[in-house]
Amino acid sequence: MNSRCAACKYLRRRCPSDCIFSPYFPPNDPQRFACIHRIYGASNVARMLQQLPENQRASAVDCLYYEAQCRVQDPVYGCAGIISLLYQQIHNAETEIAKTQAQIALLIDSNTQEQQVYLHQNIEVESDLNILLQEQGDEFSLLGPPNQASSGFI
Amino acid sequence: MASSSSYNSPCAACKFLRRKCMPGCIFAPYFPPEEPQKFANVHKIFGASNVTKMLNELLPHQREDAVNSLAYEAEARVRDPVYGCVGAISFLQRQVQRLQKELDTANADLMRYACNEIPTALPVPPDMAATSVQPMAASHQRPVGSFYQPPATGGFSLPYNSLPWNDNPSAGGGGEGGI
Repeated sequence: MNSRCAACKYLRRRCPSDCIFSPYFPPNDPQRFACIHRIYGASNVARMLQQLPENQRASAVDCLYYEAQCRVQDPVYGCAGIISLLYQQIHNAETEIAKTQAQIALLIDSNTQEQQVYLHQNIEVESDLNILLQEQGDEFSLLGPPNQASSGFI
Repeated sequence: MASSSSYNSPCAACKFLRRKCMPGCIFAPYFPPEEPQKFANVHKIFGASNVTKMLNELLPHQREDAVNSLAYEAEARVRDPVYGCVGAISFLQRQVQRLQKELDTANADLMRYACNEIPTALPVPPDMAATSVQPMAASHQRPVGSFYQPPATGGFSLPYNSLPWNDNPSAGGGGEGGI
Protein backbone atom coordinates (compact mmCIF):
# COMPACT_ATOMS: atom_id res chain seq x y z
CA MET A 1 0.00 0.00 0.00
CA ASN A 2 1.54 3.27 -1.07
CA SER A 3 -0.47 5.57 1.14
CA ARG A 4 0.96 6.22 4.56
CA CYS A 5 -1.31 6.61 7.56
CA ALA A 6 -1.74 10.07 9.02
CA ALA A 7 0.61 9.22 11.89
CA CYS A 8 3.48 8.14 9.69
CA LYS A 9 2.93 11.11 7.42
CA TYR A 10 3.11 13.40 10.43
CA LEU A 11 6.20 11.63 11.75
CA ARG A 12 7.72 11.60 8.28
CA ARG A 13 8.52 7.96 8.29
CA ARG A 14 7.72 4.89 6.32
CA CYS A 15 4.42 3.28 7.17
CA PRO A 16 5.05 -0.42 7.74
CA SER A 17 2.42 -3.02 6.98
CA ASP A 18 1.93 -3.70 10.69
CA CYS A 19 1.89 -0.03 11.69
CA ILE A 20 0.06 0.20 14.98
CA PHE A 21 -1.37 3.60 14.10
CA SER A 22 -2.69 2.97 10.61
CA PRO A 23 -6.07 1.39 11.46
CA TYR A 24 -6.97 4.42 13.59
CA PHE A 25 -5.38 7.33 11.78
CA PRO A 26 -6.49 7.33 8.17
CA PRO A 27 -4.54 9.66 5.86
CA ASN A 28 -7.63 11.75 5.12
CA ASP A 29 -7.77 13.06 8.71
CA PRO A 30 -4.36 14.50 9.57
CA GLN A 31 -5.74 16.67 12.36
CA ARG A 32 -6.65 13.64 14.43
CA PHE A 33 -3.11 12.44 14.91
CA ALA A 34 -1.68 15.95 15.11
CA CYS A 35 -3.96 16.75 18.04
CA ILE A 36 -3.25 13.52 19.90
CA HIS A 37 0.46 13.82 19.27
CA ARG A 38 0.49 17.34 20.65
CA ILE A 39 -0.88 16.20 24.00
CA TYR A 40 0.31 12.63 24.43
CA GLY A 41 3.19 12.09 22.07
CA ALA A 42 3.57 9.28 19.57
CA SER A 43 5.49 6.84 21.75
CA ASN A 44 2.99 7.13 24.62
CA VAL A 45 0.08 6.51 22.26
CA ALA A 46 1.84 3.54 20.65
CA ARG A 47 2.58 2.06 24.07
CA MET A 48 -0.99 2.57 25.26
CA LEU A 49 -2.35 0.88 22.14
CA GLN A 50 0.04 -2.02 22.42
CA GLN A 51 -1.17 -2.69 25.94
CA LEU A 52 -4.78 -3.00 24.80
CA PRO A 53 -6.54 -5.84 23.00
CA GLU A 54 -7.09 -5.00 19.35
CA ASN A 55 -10.85 -4.79 19.67
CA GLN A 56 -10.53 -1.97 22.21
CA ARG A 57 -8.02 0.17 20.42
CA ALA A 58 -10.45 2.08 18.21
CA SER A 59 -12.49 3.21 21.21
CA ALA A 60 -9.33 4.13 23.08
CA VAL A 61 -8.10 6.29 20.20
CA ASP A 62 -11.48 7.99 19.90
CA CYS A 63 -11.39 8.82 23.60
CA LEU A 64 -7.80 10.01 23.46
CA TYR A 65 -8.72 12.29 20.55
CA TYR A 66 -11.68 13.68 22.50
CA GLU A 67 -9.54 14.35 25.56
CA ALA A 68 -6.77 15.88 23.48
CA GLN A 69 -9.25 18.23 21.83
CA CYS A 70 -10.57 19.25 25.23
CA ARG A 71 -7.05 19.96 26.40
CA VAL A 72 -6.25 22.00 23.29
CA GLN A 73 -9.40 24.07 23.79
CA ASP A 74 -8.85 24.44 27.52
CA PRO A 75 -5.14 24.06 28.31
CA VAL A 76 -5.68 24.51 32.04
CA TYR A 77 -8.58 22.17 32.82
CA GLY A 78 -9.12 20.00 29.73
CA CYS A 79 -11.62 17.20 30.31
CA ALA A 80 -11.57 17.73 34.03
CA GLY A 81 -13.30 21.06 33.43
CA ILE A 82 -16.17 19.30 31.70
CA ILE A 83 -16.50 16.81 34.54
CA SER A 84 -16.54 19.64 37.04
CA LEU A 85 -19.24 21.42 35.06
CA LEU A 86 -21.35 18.26 34.90
CA TYR A 87 -21.08 17.76 38.66
CA GLN A 88 -22.25 21.34 39.10
CA GLN A 89 -25.20 20.76 36.80
CA ILE A 90 -26.13 17.63 38.72
CA HIS A 91 -25.98 19.52 42.00
CA ASN A 92 -28.13 22.34 40.58
CA ALA A 93 -30.72 19.93 39.21
CA GLU A 94 -30.94 18.04 42.51
CA THR A 95 -31.43 21.31 44.37
CA GLU A 96 -34.21 22.38 42.02
CA ILE A 97 -35.92 19.01 42.32
CA ALA A 98 -35.80 19.19 46.11
CA LYS A 99 -37.22 22.72 46.08
CA THR A 100 -40.02 21.77 43.72
CA GLN A 101 -40.93 18.71 45.77
CA ALA A 102 -40.98 20.83 48.91
CA GLN A 103 -43.39 23.22 47.21
CA ILE A 104 -45.61 20.29 46.24
CA ALA A 105 -45.59 19.01 49.81
CA LEU A 106 -46.58 22.47 51.06
CA LEU A 107 -49.44 22.66 48.59
CA ILE A 108 -50.73 19.24 49.58
CA ASP A 109 -50.46 20.13 53.23
CA SER A 110 -52.21 23.43 52.65
CA ASN A 111 -55.00 21.74 50.68
CA THR A 112 -55.46 19.13 53.40
CA GLN A 113 -55.70 21.74 56.16
CA GLU A 114 -58.24 23.79 54.24
CA GLN A 115 -60.34 20.68 53.66
CA GLN A 116 -60.25 19.90 57.36
CA VAL A 117 -61.29 23.46 58.22
CA TYR A 118 -64.10 23.29 55.66
CA LEU A 119 -65.35 19.96 56.95
CA HIS A 120 -65.07 21.02 60.59
CA GLN A 121 -67.13 24.12 59.95
CA ASN A 122 -69.73 22.02 58.15
CA ILE A 123 -70.02 19.81 61.22
CA GLU A 124 -70.54 22.89 63.41
CA VAL A 125 -73.25 24.26 61.14
CA GLU A 126 -75.12 20.94 61.19
CA SER A 127 -74.78 20.62 64.91
CA ASP A 128 -76.31 24.05 65.41
CA LEU A 129 -79.12 23.19 62.99
CA ASN A 130 -79.86 19.92 64.80
CA ILE A 131 -80.14 21.68 68.10
CA LEU A 132 -82.47 24.26 66.57
CA LEU A 133 -84.72 21.62 65.04
CA GLN A 134 -84.85 19.59 68.22
CA GLU A 135 -85.84 22.66 70.11
CA GLN A 136 -88.66 23.22 67.66
CA GLY A 137 -89.74 19.60 68.05
CA ASP A 138 -89.08 18.92 64.35
CA GLU A 139 -88.33 15.22 63.59
CA PHE A 140 -86.90 16.00 60.21
CA SER A 141 -83.64 14.10 59.74
CA LEU A 142 -80.60 15.83 58.41
CA LEU A 143 -79.86 12.77 56.42
CA GLY A 144 -82.81 13.39 54.16
CA PRO A 145 -82.89 15.38 50.91
CA PRO A 146 -79.58 15.51 49.03
CA ASN A 147 -79.85 19.25 48.44
CA GLN A 148 -78.97 19.95 52.05
CA ALA A 149 -75.66 21.49 52.99
CA SER A 150 -74.87 18.28 54.80
CA SER A 151 -74.10 16.67 51.49
CA GLY A 152 -70.88 18.62 51.62
CA PHE A 153 -69.19 15.64 53.26
CA ILE A 154 -66.77 14.14 50.86
CA MET B 1 4.65 23.29 47.57
CA ALA B 2 7.85 21.34 47.61
CA SER B 3 11.07 22.99 46.70
CA SER B 4 14.33 21.22 46.42
CA SER B 5 16.19 24.26 47.62
CA SER B 6 14.10 24.48 50.79
CA TYR B 7 14.03 20.86 51.75
CA ASN B 8 17.13 19.59 50.01
CA SER B 9 14.90 16.84 48.70
CA PRO B 10 14.24 16.24 45.04
CA CYS B 11 10.67 16.66 43.86
CA ALA B 12 8.71 13.58 42.85
CA ALA B 13 9.41 14.25 39.17
CA CYS B 14 13.16 14.47 39.53
CA LYS B 15 13.14 11.43 41.82
CA PHE B 16 11.23 9.51 39.19
CA LEU B 17 13.47 10.74 36.40
CA ARG B 18 16.55 10.12 38.54
CA ARG B 19 18.01 13.50 37.99
CA LYS B 20 19.17 16.35 40.11
CA CYS B 21 16.34 18.62 41.17
CA MET B 22 17.65 22.07 40.36
CA PRO B 23 16.39 25.29 41.87
CA GLY B 24 13.66 26.55 39.63
CA CYS B 25 12.68 23.03 38.58
CA ILE B 26 9.39 23.48 36.75
CA PHE B 27 7.92 20.36 38.34
CA ALA B 28 8.94 20.96 41.93
CA PRO B 29 6.05 23.24 42.97
CA TYR B 30 3.46 20.77 41.75
CA PHE B 31 4.92 17.33 42.39
CA PRO B 32 5.90 17.09 46.04
CA PRO B 33 8.12 14.14 46.99
CA GLU B 34 5.41 12.71 49.24
CA GLU B 35 3.10 12.12 46.23
CA PRO B 36 5.18 9.94 43.91
CA GLN B 37 2.18 8.33 42.25
CA LYS B 38 0.94 11.67 40.94
CA PHE B 39 3.96 12.18 38.73
CA ALA B 40 4.21 8.52 37.86
CA ASN B 41 0.71 8.60 36.39
CA VAL B 42 1.24 11.88 34.56
CA HIS B 43 4.53 10.63 33.14
CA LYS B 44 2.97 7.37 32.02
CA ILE B 45 0.16 9.04 30.09
CA PHE B 46 1.56 12.36 28.94
CA GLY B 47 5.30 12.11 29.29
CA ALA B 48 7.64 14.54 31.03
CA SER B 49 8.53 16.58 27.98
CA ASN B 50 4.88 17.08 26.99
CA VAL B 51 4.04 18.22 30.51
CA THR B 52 7.00 20.61 30.49
CA LYS B 53 5.85 22.02 27.17
CA MET B 54 2.27 22.44 28.42
CA LEU B 55 3.37 24.14 31.62
CA ASN B 56 5.67 26.49 29.74
CA GLU B 57 2.74 27.61 27.62
CA LEU B 58 0.73 28.61 30.68
CA LEU B 59 0.96 31.52 33.04
CA PRO B 60 2.49 30.64 36.43
CA HIS B 61 -0.80 31.08 38.30
CA GLN B 62 -2.49 28.58 35.97
CA ARG B 63 0.04 25.82 36.33
CA GLU B 64 -1.13 24.29 39.57
CA ASP B 65 -4.67 23.77 38.27
CA ALA B 66 -3.30 22.46 34.99
CA VAL B 67 -1.09 19.91 36.77
CA ASN B 68 -3.95 18.80 38.99
CA SER B 69 -6.27 18.33 36.02
CA LEU B 70 -3.57 16.43 34.14
CA ALA B 71 -3.05 14.24 37.19
CA TYR B 72 -6.80 13.65 37.35
CA GLU B 73 -6.98 12.64 33.70
CA ALA B 74 -3.89 10.51 33.97
CA GLU B 75 -5.27 8.63 36.95
CA ALA B 76 -8.56 8.12 35.12
CA ARG B 77 -6.73 6.66 32.16
CA VAL B 78 -4.55 4.45 34.32
CA ARG B 79 -7.68 3.03 35.94
CA ASP B 80 -9.55 2.75 32.64
CA PRO B 81 -7.06 2.46 29.77
CA VAL B 82 -9.79 2.42 27.12
CA TYR B 83 -12.18 5.21 28.08
CA GLY B 84 -10.33 7.24 30.69
CA CYS B 85 -12.16 10.46 31.57
CA VAL B 86 -14.59 10.02 28.71
CA GLY B 87 -16.23 7.17 30.58
CA ALA B 88 -16.95 9.49 33.49
CA ILE B 89 -18.24 12.22 31.19
CA SER B 90 -20.60 9.78 29.52
CA PHE B 91 -21.89 8.57 32.88
CA LEU B 92 -22.39 12.09 34.23
CA GLN B 93 -24.14 13.26 31.07
CA ARG B 94 -26.68 10.47 31.50
CA GLN B 95 -27.21 11.53 35.09
CA VAL B 96 -27.85 15.10 34.02
CA GLN B 97 -30.40 13.90 31.47
CA ARG B 98 -32.14 11.73 34.05
CA LEU B 99 -32.33 14.59 36.53
CA GLN B 100 -33.65 16.96 33.86
CA LYS B 101 -36.52 14.55 33.23
CA GLU B 102 -37.12 14.21 36.95
CA LEU B 103 -37.24 17.98 37.30
CA ASP B 104 -39.69 18.27 34.40
CA THR B 105 -41.93 15.69 36.07
CA ALA B 106 -41.74 17.48 39.41
CA ASN B 107 -42.62 20.81 37.79
CA ALA B 108 -45.58 19.24 36.01
CA ASP B 109 -46.78 17.78 39.31
CA LEU B 110 -46.40 21.16 40.96
CA MET B 111 -48.56 22.84 38.34
CA ARG B 112 -51.15 20.13 38.68
CA TYR B 113 -51.38 20.51 42.45
CA ALA B 114 -51.35 24.28 42.23
CA CYS B 115 -54.16 24.40 39.69
CA ASN B 116 -56.43 21.83 41.32
CA GLU B 117 -56.87 23.77 44.63
CA ILE B 118 -59.55 22.37 47.03
CA PRO B 119 -62.37 20.43 45.42
CA THR B 120 -65.17 23.02 45.66
CA ALA B 121 -68.13 21.47 43.83
CA LEU B 122 -70.35 22.15 46.92
CA PRO B 123 -72.07 25.34 48.13
CA VAL B 124 -70.17 27.19 50.77
CA PRO B 125 -72.03 27.76 54.08
CA PRO B 126 -73.11 31.40 54.41
CA ASP B 127 -70.93 32.17 57.41
CA MET B 128 -67.78 30.96 55.77
CA ALA B 129 -65.58 33.46 53.95
CA ALA B 130 -64.78 32.41 50.44
CA THR B 131 -61.38 30.86 50.36
CA SER B 132 -59.22 30.11 47.41
CA VAL B 133 -55.81 28.63 47.23
CA GLN B 134 -53.54 30.82 45.22
CA PRO B 135 -51.51 28.72 42.90
CA MET B 136 -47.98 28.80 44.11
CA ALA B 137 -45.73 30.19 41.46
CA ALA B 138 -43.31 27.61 40.32
CA SER B 139 -40.27 29.65 41.09
CA HIS B 140 -37.95 27.17 39.59
CA GLN B 141 -35.25 27.88 37.21
CA ARG B 142 -34.52 25.24 34.70
CA PRO B 143 -30.95 24.29 35.10
CA VAL B 144 -28.68 24.87 32.20
CA GLY B 145 -30.38 22.88 29.54
CA SER B 146 -27.40 21.85 27.55
CA PHE B 147 -24.28 20.52 29.16
CA TYR B 148 -20.91 21.29 27.68
CA GLN B 149 -20.79 20.20 24.11
CA PRO B 150 -17.50 18.49 23.33
CA PRO B 151 -15.74 19.48 20.20
CA ALA B 152 -16.87 17.76 17.06
CA THR B 153 -15.45 14.31 17.19
CA GLY B 154 -16.79 12.84 14.00
CA GLY B 155 -20.02 11.77 15.64
CA PHE B 156 -18.94 8.67 17.50
CA SER B 157 -21.22 7.76 20.37
CA LEU B 158 -19.77 7.78 23.85
CA PRO B 159 -20.04 4.32 25.31
CA TYR B 160 -21.60 3.93 28.70
CA ASN B 161 -19.15 3.01 31.38
CA SER B 162 -19.58 3.09 35.11
CA LEU B 163 -17.23 5.29 37.09
CA PRO B 164 -14.15 3.34 37.97
CA TRP B 165 -13.51 5.64 40.88
CA ASN B 166 -15.56 7.54 43.37
CA ASP B 167 -13.87 10.87 43.71
CA ASN B 168 -17.00 12.89 44.25
CA PRO B 169 -20.05 10.77 43.80
CA SER B 170 -23.21 12.77 43.43
CA ALA B 171 -26.20 11.75 45.45
CA GLY B 172 -28.66 9.92 43.36
CA GLY B 173 -31.73 11.87 42.41
CA GLY B 174 -33.56 14.51 44.35
CA GLY B 175 -34.92 12.29 47.01
CA GLU B 176 -38.35 10.84 47.42
CA GLY B 177 -39.98 14.18 47.99
CA GLY B 178 -42.43 15.10 50.61
CA ILE B 179 -45.53 13.84 48.90
